[in-house]
Amino acid sequence: MSTATAAHDGHDDHGHPTGIGRWLFATNHKDIGTMYLIFALAMFFLGGIMIMLVRAELFQPGLQIMEPELFNQLISVHALVMIFGALMPAAVGMANWLIPMQIGAPDMALPRLNNFSFWILVPAAILLTMPFTLAMFNIGDGAIAAGWTFLPPLSTQGGMGMDFAIFAVHLLGISSVLGSINVIVTILNMRAPGMTMMKLPLFCWSWLVTAVLLILAIPVLAGAVTMLLTDRHFGTHFFNAAGGGDPILFQHIFWFFGHPEVYILLLPIWGFIPTILSTFARKPVFGYKAQVYSFWAIGGMSLIVWAHHFLTAGMPLAALLYFMYITMAISLPLAVLFYCWIAGIWRGAMSFEAPMLFAVGWIIMFGIGGLTGLVLADAAADAQYHGTYFVVAHFHYTIFAGGIFGIMTGIYYWLPKFTGNMYSASLAKWHFWVTMIAFNLTFIPQFFVGLAGMPRRVPDYALQFAEFNMISTVGAFALGAAQLLFLYNVIACVRGGIGVKVSDKVWDGADVEGLEFTLPSPPPFHSFTVQPIVK
Amino acid sequence: MVGNLCKKLFNLLGVVFFSIGSTVAYAEYKFNFPEPATPIARDTLLVHNLFSIICIVIFLVVLAIMIYSLITHRKDKGFKASTATGPSTKVQVFWTLVPFMILLYLDFILIGIPAWHAIAMMEDTKTDAQMVVKVTGSQWKWQYDYPEEGISFVSTLTTPASQIDNSVPKGEHYLLEVDNPLVLPINKKIRMLMTSSDVIHEWWVPAFASKRNAIPGFIREIWVTIEKPGTYRGQCTELCGKGHGYMPVVVEAVTQEQYDEWVASKKPPVPPSVEVSEAGEGLNSQAKVQVAGAMSVAGAN
Repeated sequence: MSTATAAHDGHDDHGHPTGIGRWLFATNHKDIGTMYLIFALAMFFLGGIMIMLVRAELFQPGLQIMEPELFNQLISVHALVMIFGALMPAAVGMANWLIPMQIGAPDMALPRLNNFSFWILVPAAILLTMPFTLAMFNIGDGAIAAGWTFLPPLSTQGGMGMDFAIFAVHLLGISSVLGSINVIVTILNMRAPGMTMMKLPLFCWSWLVTAVLLILAIPVLAGAVTMLLTDRHFGTHFFNAAGGGDPILFQHIFWFFGHPEVYILLLPIWGFIPTILSTFARKPVFGYKAQVYSFWAIGGMSLIVWAHHFLTAGMPLAALLYFMYITMAISLPLAVLFYCWIAGIWRGAMSFEAPMLFAVGWIIMFGIGGLTGLVLADAAADAQYHGTYFVVAHFHYTIFAGGIFGIMTGIYYWLPKFTGNMYSASLAKWHFWVTMIAFNLTFIPQFFVGLAGMPRRVPDYALQFAEFNMISTVGAFALGAAQLLFLYNVIACVRGGIGVKVSDKVWDGADVEGLEFTLPSPPPFHSFTVQPIVK
Repeated sequence: MVGNLCKKLFNLLGVVFFSIGSTVAYAEYKFNFPEPATPIARDTLLVHNLFSIICIVIFLVVLAIMIYSLITHRKDKGFKASTATGPSTKVQVFWTLVPFMILLYLDFILIGIPAWHAIAMMEDTKTDAQMVVKVTGSQWKWQYDYPEEGISFVSTLTTPASQIDNSVPKGEHYLLEVDNPLVLPINKKIRMLMTSSDVIHEWWVPAFASKRNAIPGFIREIWVTIEKPGTYRGQCTELCGKGHGYMPVVVEAVTQEQYDEWVASKKPPVPPSVEVSEAGEGLNSQAKVQVAGAMSVAGAN
């Protein structure tokens, strides 16, 4: 042991592996973060292509381009790819890049675990999408077609695409749990001297809550899909009433994971927003403590509201009332957050660079998502909303606008820091405006068709919904096209951008709590070789 | 007392909102729920309109404050940023608590109380129920049983495949038409038992605002009292496989007399021989046992 360490003493500056080895055996938090972000971007476009096909089918009533079987597979895999493939890895990628730099650490606490948790994403993504390819060669009958919620008994009926999805979810879950362990260990142990918990940047706090939620929720999902697997192949009857099981049991277990999952997707963004607002309003973050406590309150409450996802499955009156009131109660800490965000720009000296535009647009869009969620919480009216396009529109306001749009906000803010290059601001602003308009054009009509009675997950619909669906499809294609601007801008930025080297602070108002802006842009390979001291 | 007052107040408010809602509904594009046909649907529409308006008002107020700030507090206008990091004076603490208190009031009083009433009404399937209909979902059709009357039939989509694949023009009720609609009398509290023979389905008619999962091996229940005769159309709303988009619900609501006539026409003809009659009896009593069993399961829930 001692000889080995002696022999390798001071090998910090040997340089790092190059070529493919740099990525395959990566233990550097920035390299792994980059891989996570590239993976997420690829998955985002893959899921996007799937939903473009779906929207093309829904352009007019009648079946034009695909059979209902393929339609069901596309909507199911779209959701799984976007949630587990795009949004969660993007959040982990940002955590990898930012957390060590923000808290003054050289790297993540567990670098090899970090490598492993990234590399099991790749087989998971392959498992998830391979059934489509296999079906082209007449092997199996395509991918999972039971919706991303895996509801039995429909999921017990499905072909082998379902088993592929179950194993993919297992791998994705393991990856998330390992990533979470890493984040928790890093934040609790690797802070620079003087960086007390109540001095942590909000992004670290929000990721800490996210990581705790992931560790609590993901094993439950793993259990649910394992029970499904044994029901399908090994003769158990967990979810089969004929054998004494209960299909609704699955919904309880699934949504015990599924609701915290919503906040797992959103919390990292809530960490971005105050920092970005504070930078461009040139005033300190408002209500730091209130936001930290709200993160924990929302995280805690997200674990006890799960049944509002299936209020129409039938449950006792007392349960309906409980789940309704506790769901509404989440609006209280959320209102504190909204208050803090708006107070964060109030009486500031604002300027509207691309990240600020995105952050402000994000507040408005996420506000719509939150308020429609409040309406949905009402168990009486929920009978009318459940399973319709109203719900689809609601969760795209939270998960696309709140999640994806939020991640893009963060990318626009920190990418110049990561690369040292500035991107094209005008292209970013175009991306913002086209996305905002196209997004609303896509999803506002879906609120209306939902209220008028259009069920979700149908490949074909009655004539009364035709006009709104047409508008929605036009919006969706514009939304998809706008993301190509983002892709181009990001790639161009990584390759040199507009040729302007950014300063260490990047943005002139960036006096934020984190230490990332004390490093040069781009930051060195090992973030802090000398431990900084926070006063 | 207070509950009653609230109810009256809400009825009044609701009438205002309802009139707004219904004028909108006459437009070519439908922006809201269809015209309600049951007491639950009326209640749901009122509650929905009330909540939506509250949420829209909150949204607009917050947006207005934000826009004011975005226009005024700008660097290019030379605005000097404040350095406040939290409420410090008593007045500021008060203003910080205001949104919190408003939401507390909205969630648990303004929205919470009428919602409680609506849910309690919706879940009360047993009081004064005058009739029972059993709905069984199966891939991809609905079976309707009238245990009292001994009527049972299956209802499937009649839209021809040629309309779905666009080779002929689509009919007026494209995808919302069936061979045997569910016939129900108006102004009667009808208890509907939901179950399924394969996967989870969901029976929904938007004008009734009653929606409940049909779960294999379990009975769930809702109730409807249809107030106007007419044809009501809906669909399955729980993904149930490739035919999910093709299992509509059509309800024919008729007067009691028409309903009695329909029941008489549906009754099997008087059996010609003893053996057949016994077989029929046997079937009937078996059906009754099933329903009785179903009811006890539902009761246990």
